[in-house]
Amino acid sequence: MDLLINIVEQLINGLRTGSIYALIALGYTMVYGIAKMINFAHGDIIMVGAYSLYVFYGILGLPAVAAVLLSVVVCVVLGVVIEKVAYKPLRNAQPLAVLITAIGVSFLLQNLALLIFKATPIPFGSIIKVPSVQIAGIHISGITIVTLVVTTISMIALTLFINRTKAGRAMRAVSEDKGAAELMGISVNGTISLTFAIGSALAAIAGLLFICQYESLQPTLGALPGIKAFVAAVLGGIGSVPGAMLGGIILGIIESLSKAYISTQLSDAIVFGVLVIVLLVKPSGLLGKIRIEKV
Amino acid sequence: MKHKKYQKLLINVIIAVLIYALVMMAIQFGWIGRQFLSMIVPVCTNVMLAVSLCLIVGFLGELTLGHAAFMSVGAYSGALVTLNVPLPSWLALALGLVIGGVTAALAGVIIGVPVLRLRGDYLAIVTLGFGEIIKSIFNTLGITGGAGGLSGIPMLTTYRNFTLVFILMLIVIVVVANLVNSRQGRAICAIRDNYIAAEAAGIKISKYKVMAFVISAFFAGVAGVIYAHNISILKPGNFDYNQSIEFLVMVVLGGMGSIRGSIIAAVILTLLPEVLRGVADYRMLVYSIVLIAMMLFNNSALKAKLVARKNMRKSTEVSKEA
Amino acid sequence: MALLEVRNLGISFGGLRAVDSLDMSIEKGQLYGLIGPNGAGKTTVFNLLTGVYRPTEGIIRLDGENIVGKKTVEINKAGIARTFQNIRLFKNMTVLDNVKAGLHNHYKYNLLTGILRLPAYRRVEKAMDEHAMELLGVFGLDGEAKNMAANLPYGKQRKLEIARALATDPKLLLLDEPAAGMNPNETEELMETIRFVREKFEMTILLIEHDMKLVSGICEALTVLNFGTVLAQGNTSEVLGDPKVVKAYLGE
Repeated sequence: MDLLINIVEQLINGLRTGSIYALIALGYTMVYGIAKMINFAHGDIIMVGAYSLYVFYGILGLPAVAAVLLSVVVCVVLGVVIEKVAYKPLRNAQPLAVLITAIGVSFLLQNLALLIFKATPIPFGSIIKVPSVQIAGIHISGITIVTLVVTTISMIALTLFINRTKAGRAMRAVSEDKGAAELMGISVNGTISLTFAIGSALAAIAGLLFICQYESLQPTLGALPGIKAFVAAVLGGIGSVPGAMLGGIILGIIESLSKAYISTQLSDAIVFGVLVIVLLVKPSGLLGKIRIEKV
Repeated sequence: MKHKKYQKLLINVIIAVLIYALVMMAIQFGWIGRQFLSMIVPVCTNVMLAVSLCLIVGFLGELTLGHAAFMSVGAYSGALVTLNVPLPSWLALALGLVIGGVTAALAGVIIGVPVLRLRGDYLAIVTLGFGEIIKSIFNTLGITGGAGGLSGIPMLTTYRNFTLVFILMLIVIVVVANLVNSRQGRAICAIRDNYIAAEAAGIKISKYKVMAFVISAFFAGVAGVIYAHNISILKPGNFDYNQSIEFLVMVVLGGMGSIRGSIIAAVILTLLPEVLRGVADYRMLVYSIVLIAMMLFNNSALKAKLVARKNMRKSTEVSKEA
Repeated sequence: MALLEVRNLGISFGGLRAVDSLDMSIEKGQLYGLIGPNGAGKTTVFNLLTGVYRPTEGIIRLDGENIVGKKTVEINKAGIARTFQNIRLFKNMTVLDNVKAGLHNHYKYNLLTGILRLPAYRRVEKAMDEHAMELLGVFGLDGEAKNMAANLPYGKQRKLEIARALATDPKLLLLDEPAAGMNPNETEELMETIRFVREKFEMTILLIEHDMKLVSGICEALTVLNFGTVLAQGNTSEVLGDPKVVKAYLGE
């Protein structure tokens, strides 16, 4: 019975982490779908979101809601600016050039944070003050509840946005065929900006949830969840929105179980092992489409 | 045409000899301080690493973010040889260099499996993941000393053994340069430029991709062995993602696909932090800006204009000759 | 026996029948045209012949040997070379090196010989240079040998692609819209070149083309594809006079 409870608790932990990965993975997948590039700097947006919250709430002492909103705004603006300055001029360049630029941006953000906030981790108390609950002997923390609620709402909102609104339709059109979408009067630049904005907003929310869970700030805090979320996006099938959600949750559960029952130290290696296996066995991921290059 | 080729070779030999003589004299006569003496070997290893990485990034046209991992495999296995094999030190070092190179090359074969099936973004991420896996293996393994690392590695490749290090560096440069200008190198470059056409022209993509990765990994491993026997202490943290990015910056700054450029960039980027001590904090920041700026410049209208102008000048020269 | 023998060739992408029960046979030394409206499946046929796609059914025999299921590289070695509709050159390599890359499987030395610059290296490279320059000469590109392929004007890029394909020493040469984007003068010149290549190398050529002047000018036999199926087949003048073909091209 204890073991069962333990497993269920680990699964819930995995669900919590996994839903955060899913939020981040959505950003990768949407940007990939539309701009056909991997935004390496996406993980560092999480970090910027976390530090923004620290500045607005911890240093400036703004009310929590205002601090959260401002942090999201900061990330959205940053995401859009990065696209305009660094990625847009390279839209017709070779993929290698875009990839190197994205790595450069990621590196830049990390090192700016390092200069401003220094390398020493900054402790930061969670802003979520929801009591934990006990259901049938299973302990569920307040943060878990909030995380699950917030991520579920975000995902539903995103799905509705993509499927039900005009802007969402434009996004799908651009991801199918940029040229044709442009001929139909859709602003490709605007749509790409919008995609980066939404992706960054989701990353910011993920960053806030993440920081409330780990309660410590570091310039590189976004790197690992960023890469894991990328793994999640690939696992689910890059370019697929439901795939990113599914991939994130599966990855979170794999990680949580391997941490609990195999080895904490090797859990990262296991996550990367999953990536390599998925790429070798089913490169299109669980829900992805196979791309055939025209010859 | 023949005449020009030999002339070029002669110039390269003269440059190499001059540099060697200059550094030797600087060491002998104490022209440079302790700080710079300790930089001599790192400059050489970084040149080796940049040139070997150039083979993958510049000539094969694939991005790898795990070059430091290849280096670490070589460093650890080479150090384990000299620490554990009861042989005269120079023999142990020779064995260590070979084993370090070979184990790194084996790691190159392992990474070769995904390399065969993936390209571009995916491959870059897999190499990054591979680097992290190697790091966590060194962190957990008992024989490599875990997170504490290895220490007391005999210092066999410090500036006092500059001749050996310099010769090894020259070997790496010459091998990569000769490879690029051979039948095999042509196949590698053809794959970079258009893999579909390369395949249609009868070039086996998998063979040459793995070949490039294995050769590159081998030399990264050798460089790792030299690195290990210069600083005497190894920790898994020395070989992280940032380290791989530094090598990448060297190749990119060197003009991607220029061996000479990679060498010069490696020398400058290794010495720069020592020359500009105050800037050390900003080093990584500057690197990231360099990466972005180089890519934006390479794909800008300005660059296109400069290239067009250069072509124009060349063509007028040619017509004058005729 | 025909050099290329295609029997009941077909491929489906999902529900789409891109090519359906194609029969075609090309004699040695023939200049054969594959024509049809856009989207008729012509390039798909090339991709099937060169192993880019694996056919859902059917047989492809080159010189009597079934090549279905072989990889692109093996098919090239077996004797089929091609050019591409959207030119695919090794852009950052010199014109000479583009052709030398095509010679890859015909002049060999091992890795060590290349790295150590052993005598065999110089000997083989010299032979390659000579062979490549000869091929470039055929296309009037020998003056451009040291230039980057990317810097060639469009017409010359098309020619270089043909030279590279010939360098692999094929039995059958596939040209995918060689005259695309050329003006009438260039097309005229290209026709001369294709005839010349056929004579000089005793080459069998299969080409896809939209330019009817080129097709009627040099092709001896044609297959017309429409929606993946054969609309008409036979010698050029008969096929082009067929009312079905006229209708497919000009509509009702």
